[in-house]
Amino acid sequence: MTVINSGFGGRGGSSDPRLPPGQTHVYDWPVLSTGPTPNVDESRWSFTITTEDQVAHRWNWSELQEVGVEDIVTDIHCVTHWSKLDMAWRGVPIDRLFEDVETSYDYVMVRSYGGYTTNLPLEDLLDGQAWVATEAEGEPLRPEHGGPARLLVPHLYFWKSAKWVRGMEMMPSDDPGFWEQNGYHLRGDPWREERYW
Amino acid sequence: MITSNRVRWHLGRVISRQFETGSAVRLELAVPTWPGNDAGAHLDIRLTAPGGYQASRSYSLASSGESTRVVLVVQELPGGEVSPFLVRQLAEGEEVEVQGPLGRFFVWIPAEPEQSPVQLIAGGSGVVPLFSMASARERELKGAEFRLLYSVRSPRDEFFADELAELSRTVVEIVYTRESAPGAGRPPGRLTREALAASTFPASLSPRIFVCGPTSFVEAVAGWLVELGHDPTQIRTERFGGSR
Amino acid sequence: MTHVDGNALAGAFATALGIEITVTVGRCRGCGSSFNLACAHVFITAMGAVMRCGHCQAVLGVIVRGFRETLVNLSGLDYIRVPRL
Repeated sequence: MTVINSGFGGRGGSSDPRLPPGQTHVYDWPVLSTGPTPNVDESRWSFTITTEDQVAHRWNWSELQEVGVEDIVTDIHCVTHWSKLDMAWRGVPIDRLFEDVETSYDYVMVRSYGGYTTNLPLEDLLDGQAWVATEAEGEPLRPEHGGPARLLVPHLYFWKSAKWVRGMEMMPSDDPGFWEQNGYHLRGDPWREERYW
Repeated sequence: MITSNRVRWHLGRVISRQFETGSAVRLELAVPTWPGNDAGAHLDIRLTAPGGYQASRSYSLASSGESTRVVLVVQELPGGEVSPFLVRQLAEGEEVEVQGPLGRFFVWIPAEPEQSPVQLIAGGSGVVPLFSMASARERELKGAEFRLLYSVRSPRDEFFADELAELSRTVVEIVYTRESAPGAGRPPGRLTREALAASTFPASLSPRIFVCGPTSFVEAVAGWLVELGHDPTQIRTERFGGSR
Repeated sequence: MTHVDGNALAGAFATALGIEITVTVGRCRGCGSSFNLACAHVFITAMGAVMRCGHCQAVLGVIVRGFRETLVNLSGLDYIRVPRL
């Protein structure tokens, strides 16, 4: 059928060279969740990096803060076609968390409270490209947006920025996480429109 | 009415549109290939933007029966992707793609003999499929006793106000949660378990119950119904979400 | 974000598989409970819809609408029982 609803334009938006292909600039922040919002108190929160030697590098909430939180201003791009430009965040650089981590594996499975997973090459998490974020838009990250802490990897589609992050597990191959098992691209580069398989 | 009609996409044309409330529109669509639908069924509307982008959403039907004219009420959700277009822009004469009829669980079909009464409980826009059921009951000379409990913010937010007032085969009770009608006997307030018990068929009558509205409303009401002794297998629910 | 229920997926399942999900019974692989999928907890997002068991919250299935195909993952269900209507 070829019905076109001429007044309909999704969420609307304008063209901007800072937008990857197929994206629309929005000013709100839509909430997308695959399950109930986990309720994680900072007193019980921890973040753990596990390597192939079963060594676990672990931080509780205050230990995470002590690693050093920095300001970030970045654009984020959701595979569902919306982008937010110049968004303010605060978080701990993943580089700092990996300083003492020894691993020969090249890939990471990111795990979240509530069971969500997403996979990434380690090289997409290092060199100033990723953070464990604790604040967004000037306030502590709210639970519906992934608080108390989420991964922030803005150069990839936003489903890789796992909400309610609880840890990372090194793995030898790029095994797919939740959305990657269900039709979404293994890497998710917005500039190459890597949305689906 | 249930037949083995395969669900498919149809072309509908907007025959009329009128504001039901300040933020909701009643749409009547002519759908020539529509096979008819049971009371409580819904359809999906799919919109296509000039660039090809598509979005679809589900809407319950206020109408039922064999007619190829279908009626629905769309509540505008601020910031929504589809509902603001339907409520503010979709014009009379415009075509839309619709899929249906959908849903065979949350439906009421008149059947003989009707022994147990039917209790309808609506939260906000959840009244649409329940109104469809009450309207279907209205067309039957004989049948089960029907009651509708409708929880809504204020008289200004009511859907089908005139039609509900004219129903003769369904006893309608309206609970205003934020603001009542002038001269109303009861002050506004959220529905409570006690008020629910007072306004619905008791468990001893084994009513068949249909609850529809936002998820939080449905979960609270369903929980109370079970606490009040109703058989969970007699309770059917339909939860509406915010993604409209 | 709250959930809705399986009624909201009637259109998606009818299009992708030609079945009426609201009268289909499924058994959760996680906890073994059987129920009408109209009662499953459904999280609808623009990325896709996730169906969860109302009893144990395990993921029953995922539906993703891609460019030219729809992916239907029902691996969280031991089986589904579809009435012949």
